[in-house]
Amino acid sequence: MSTPKISVRDVEKIFPVGNEEFVALGGVSLDIADNEFVTVVGPSGCGKSTLLNILAGLEKPTGGTALVDGKPVSGPGPERGVIFQQYALFPWLTVRENVEFGMRTAKVPGDERRRAEHFIRLVGLEQFADALPKTLSGGMKQRCAIARAYAVNPSILLMDEPFGALDALTRVRLQEQLLETWSKDRRTVMFITHDVDEAVFLANRVVVMGARPGRIVEVIDVDLSYPRDEDMRLSPEFGALRNRVWHSVYHQRQIKEPAQ
Amino acid sequence: MAVINADATRAATPRTRKSRTFLVLNTVSVVAGVTIWWGLSLAGLQFPSPAEVVAAGWTMIQDGTLVTDVGASLGRVLAGFVLGSVAAVLVGFVMGWYTVARGLFEPWIQFFRTIPPLAMLPLVLVLMGIGESPKIFVIFLAAFLACVISTYQGVVSVDRTLINAGRVLGAGDGTIFARVVVPASTPFILVGMRVGLGSAWGTLVAAELLAAQAGLGHRMQSAQLYYDLPTIFVGIITIGVLGLIMDRLLMLAGGKLTAWQENR
Ligand SMILES: Nc1ncnc2c1ncn2[C@@H]1O[C@H](COP(=O)(O)OP(=O)(O)O)[C@@H](O)[C@H]1O
Ligand SMILES: [Mg+2]
Repeated sequence: MSTPKISVRDVEKIFPVGNEEFVALGGVSLDIADNEFVTVVGPSGCGKSTLLNILAGLEKPTGGTALVDGKPVSGPGPERGVIFQQYALFPWLTVRENVEFGMRTAKVPGDERRRAEHFIRLVGLEQFADALPKTLSGGMKQRCAIARAYAVNPSILLMDEPFGALDALTRVRLQEQLLETWSKDRRTVMFITHDVDEAVFLANRVVVMGARPGRIVEVIDVDLSYPRDEDMRLSPEFGALRNRVWHSVYHQRQIKEPAQ
Repeated sequence: MAVINADATRAATPRTRKSRTFLVLNTVSVVAGVTIWWGLSLAGLQFPSPAEVVAAGWTMIQDGTLVTDVGASLGRVLAGFVLGSVAAVLVGFVMGWYTVARGLFEPWIQFFRTIPPLAMLPLVLVLMGIGESPKIFVIFLAAFLACVISTYQGVVSVDRTLINAGRVLGAGDGTIFARVVVPASTPFILVGMRVGLGSAWGTLVAAELLAAQAGLGHRMQSAQLYYDLPTIFVGIITIGVLGLIMDRLLMLAGGKLTAWQENR
């Protein structure tokens, strides 16, 4: 097999908290193949964001290495797009200007306007291209953030609970749209969530993490074909996988740590 | 969605009605105030009546003294205010961006902030003579000190996520600064400038009371020698009106610049 797109080798992250040390990640290893869609679930505080930030180049691991295309990550780079839970749109720029921001800074070749237009259409925001973020709903903001990330043409998308702040219905719609966009325009995706349904619905593989120390508990393959739709969500196969992931996420204490 | 819209329309009507009520109350209050003033002057208090003040104002407009005074005062305040704001924004940014600069500037700014700029006037007059520069300098100081901390706070409180968003989109330090930090701190700078303008205006008039050959403060000071109350009143009213106009203009410009803010 060729080198994995993303390779996390014994990554450790220790935060100093006062005079103590807090182990946010205690030796995490994970390979993600090119064009794979991997979701990461786990209880809050288990180091999901920390892992993503390390891959994004926003934080440095205190041990181990994170490799992208076989090269160690040494900072943010245009081949890795990041989508944050809080949208992180520049509120003083319009939708179009937000999408163009990255193209300009990352010096994406070609006609900026046309490309921006393309990605704005891809996420269905063409009628709001000249609107300021404050006039958009949460779902629209996140779609704009997705267009902005896509516009830089990254081969990897790192998404940190992107739909976490949205209502259930918007969430499901955006999941379907994301898969649609992804199937039209494949990238390697690492998608963090705390929603088990979301994790199973989107992924080729679900990575279950646990806390104290942050670690990978289990990796579960999702043998469901794409495209995925509502019927799939209601199928017994989906239900069985969801139960398995759910169990792995919410009963890890009892399994791993017997009562003291 | 529908619920929110219904709420918004329902809320809009009482709000316009409320603001109209407010306007009426404002007008009533001003008219009542002037009437009481008139009454008091008729009752034999040492006050000039509104009519006398208007007459004095008219004379001063006709003989050109009011225009000269306003020109002199505005020139000083604008020069000091613009210089002070520009310096404050530069220093504030440098302080917010570089820890070393913060460490070096901070004690001086904290120290001078506790001194009213006017208290520097005697020293400044000795050092800079009695021309325009000492007055402009104290106004500069007033505007600068009011604005610098605010700018600095704007820079340090820029949302980390926005900076990270810029970085993952490939922006270097320069771009992050120009396209993220500067726009994100604009609201803070504007608040600082508004406070700075008020402080500059107040300092100006006081500086002119102490040492000037022209200007609104100087005019009132010399009127005091002749017991010329109407001229003093004209001065006070002009100062108030000009201050209000400048503040509103700044607010208007600021509103345009920060129209992107979420909760306004
Ligand atoms: N800068 C930091 N300093 C100290 N502790 C931190 C820091 N960042 C994160 N942590 C801690 O590390 C743990 C993992 O955080 P995070 O990766 O954000 O978790 P998750 O995204 O899974 O909820 C949390 O307990 C958090 O409090
Ligand atoms: Mg998180």
